[in-house]
Amino acid sequence: MTGIEAHVAKPYELGWETDIESEKAPVGLNEDIIRLISAKKEEPEWMLEWRLKAYRHWLTMTEPTWPNVKYPPIDYQAIHYYAAPKQDKKPTSLEEVDPKLLATFAKLGIPLTEQKRLTGVAVDAVFDSVSVATTFKGKLKEAGVIFLPFSEAVREHPDLVRKYLGSVVPTTDNFFAALNSAVFTDGSFVFVPKGVKCPMELSTYFRINATSTGQFERTLIIAEEGASVSYLEGCSAPMRDENQLHAAVVELVALDDASIKYSTVQNWYPGDEEGKGGIYNFVTKRGACRGRNSKISWTQVETGSSITWKYPSCILQGDNSVGEFYSVAVTNNRQQADTGTKMIHIGKNTKSTIVSKGISAGRSQNTYRGQVKIMKSAEGARNYSQCDSMLIGDQCGAHTFPYIDVRNSSAVMEHEASTSKIGEDQIFYCQARGIKAEDAVSMIVAGFCKEVFRELPMEFAVEAQNLLAVNLEGSVG
Amino acid sequence: MLDIKNLHASVEGTEILHGVNLKVGKGEVHAIMGPNGSGKSTLAQVLAGHPAYEVTEGTVALAGADLLDMSPEERAQAGVFMAFQYPVEIRGITNAYFLRAAVNAVRKARGEPEYDTIDFLDVLDEKLKVIGWEDTFLTRAVNEGFSGGEKKRNEIIQMAVLEPKLAILDETDSGLDIDALKLVAEAVNTLRAPDRSMVIVTHYQRLLNYITPDYVHVLHNGRIVRSGGKELAHELEAKGYDWLRQEAAVAG
Ligand SMILES: Nc1ncnc2c1ncn2[C@@H]1O[C@H](COP(=O)(O)OP(=O)(O)OP(=O)(O)O)[C@@H](O)[C@H]1O
Ligand SMILES: [Mg+2]
Repeated sequence: MTGIEAHVAKPYELGWETDIESEKAPVGLNEDIIRLISAKKEEPEWMLEWRLKAYRHWLTMTEPTWPNVKYPPIDYQAIHYYAAPKQDKKPTSLEEVDPKLLATFAKLGIPLTEQKRLTGVAVDAVFDSVSVATTFKGKLKEAGVIFLPFSEAVREHPDLVRKYLGSVVPTTDNFFAALNSAVFTDGSFVFVPKGVKCPMELSTYFRINATSTGQFERTLIIAEEGASVSYLEGCSAPMRDENQLHAAVVELVALDDASIKYSTVQNWYPGDEEGKGGIYNFVTKRGACRGRNSKISWTQVETGSSITWKYPSCILQGDNSVGEFYSVAVTNNRQQADTGTKMIHIGKNTKSTIVSKGISAGRSQNTYRGQVKIMKSAEGARNYSQCDSMLIGDQCGAHTFPYIDVRNSSAVMEHEASTSKIGEDQIFYCQARGIKAEDAVSMIVAGFCKEVFRELPMEFAVEAQNLLAVNLEGSVG
Repeated sequence: MLDIKNLHASVEGTEILHGVNLKVGKGEVHAIMGPNGSGKSTLAQVLAGHPAYEVTEGTVALAGADLLDMSPEERAQAGVFMAFQYPVEIRGITNAYFLRAAVNAVRKARGEPEYDTIDFLDVLDEKLKVIGWEDTFLTRAVNEGFSGGEKKRNEIIQMAVLEPKLAILDETDSGLDIDALKLVAEAVNTLRAPDRSMVIVTHYQRLLNYITPDYVHVLHNGRIVRSGGKELAHELEAKGYDWLRQEAAVAG
């Protein structure tokens, strides 16, 4: 390890496990397992049919090999597709929730009890395959906002779910989206009706706990005409030698004049220094700006996972719609990330902004992959892309694949890219002012990521910045 | 305050300093002059603790403590400040934030309470008042996009805020226009204090017209070949370094 690298590797802090008995589906995947999941969730028939259709299609598909990541073949028959903490009866209120679960989330910094919960942020807490609790449901309901665990939404608002589910990411979209559609367990459902500005931040926290399980989160957010909402997801998992699969699908729909801000602070277990263990984070996230003047903004801070494969994208269908993607992806040790976005311009005067910051340390590989597509119909479309890479040490890799496809000559495209190295000189400069090398690295990295951090909701910006500091500790020298 | 004895230092295996001896008393101002490549910045960097420079022989004491045994940040915490010949840019971090991080790091090391953002603004205000400067740089990222002269001025702001015991200014005057030179020199003069020693590296008498040094030294080929009072600087201005080179060769 060189001097700089020595400052970027502190142990994963959320790697503990909750000792709780869990009920799992038998290992492996077949139609019976899907039926079992559907039955556990007390789903209507159409939902089961939808899953089975996805499953049958999935069987015909092959895993993508184009991402710039390497991993041994995944044995899909070796995974439990459903795991939930054992309980005698379904809790109907927070008081009935297993205290161990409440303690778990409290330890993660997400207190759920009435007295302690975060003010101004409603939380849906998902533990393995089930939602444990959702706070402020009542207050949100008063405002007309529906914020529910996905399984509950399927039962209580079947028409809404049915109307929008799969409308942005079809079951056949890609291998992992098809798998998710077949076996998804929980996630959040958000519906903000016409003209309503959601009165508080919404957030979901995903915790993987059970061994040999996959987590298949499904989230659907709809903002009707003139509605707006800001949503944040966080996640973590215990430290284990095995690799665990997290294959999520997130769909966003924004109608006329609506806006959705979706932020992610991803802190899945990244594996150890040698790359043993860690979460495979294979995620499909896409938003449809269906209406005129609608806006979807993705902000992600990706620090965990042994492998990350995700491209939060925007389909800019409505005229004057706006898509944004702000990303910080940090890889250390043996982590691999292949992440970026797709901006598909269909409507007139659509605008997209991409700001990507990749930070690689250790022997990690960090790839930005982005596509900007201007369709023929997208008169007056504009895109601004900025891709910056920062290298810490000389054994890591940073790669950039920007694809641009312009079919309308009125498009205005701007692209900027840079690669920098945290230099000894920068660190020494800080040290010469009394600042420790580790703190200097965090500071330099935070400065590098500033344009992205300032997009995060206030409450989370600090947390994200600290997370980055932890993740990089030990990598500088 | 500072006592350098027989200091040898190399970079990438090449010895640059071949036995420097220098004593700087409390509150004294010493100027170091010398031709390009003679080792002035090397000496400054070695004192500040840059990892690229290896000390192979000799000792440096700061107020009796072994300076060479300290990490760069410990030296800063102990009151050493070097104004860089080439200040470094830090993107996205404002000067105000950077200064607070630096001041708090030093305070923490000394067991003093750290300043929060609000308190610190007052502290900044006060310290900038001492040198009579506006705080126009504070909201800009550290040295990012600064002109050469602005970077140098920014180093002086840092010095004013950090209040060092030993300030080493490495060619803070080069790259400054005539007015800025005067401003910087005046600021440095106001920062002169009985308990603050200064080592000023410069090529030009101009700066020394404003800041009168107690001693002037000539560094040549990694050794101090001549020391004298402020008149030595005038002599160098008039005669250049050749006569010293010849003397050194004769002596050498
Ligand atoms: N990091 C380095 N790597 C290689 N050589 C170096 C390094 N630092 C200094 N040197 C060499 O050491 C010698 C002394 O350099 P130094 O910068 O100390 O000179 P200086 O007296 O400050 O010169 P100037 O008046 O031009 O600033 C030069 O020959 C220089 O090339
Ligand atoms: Mg120099």
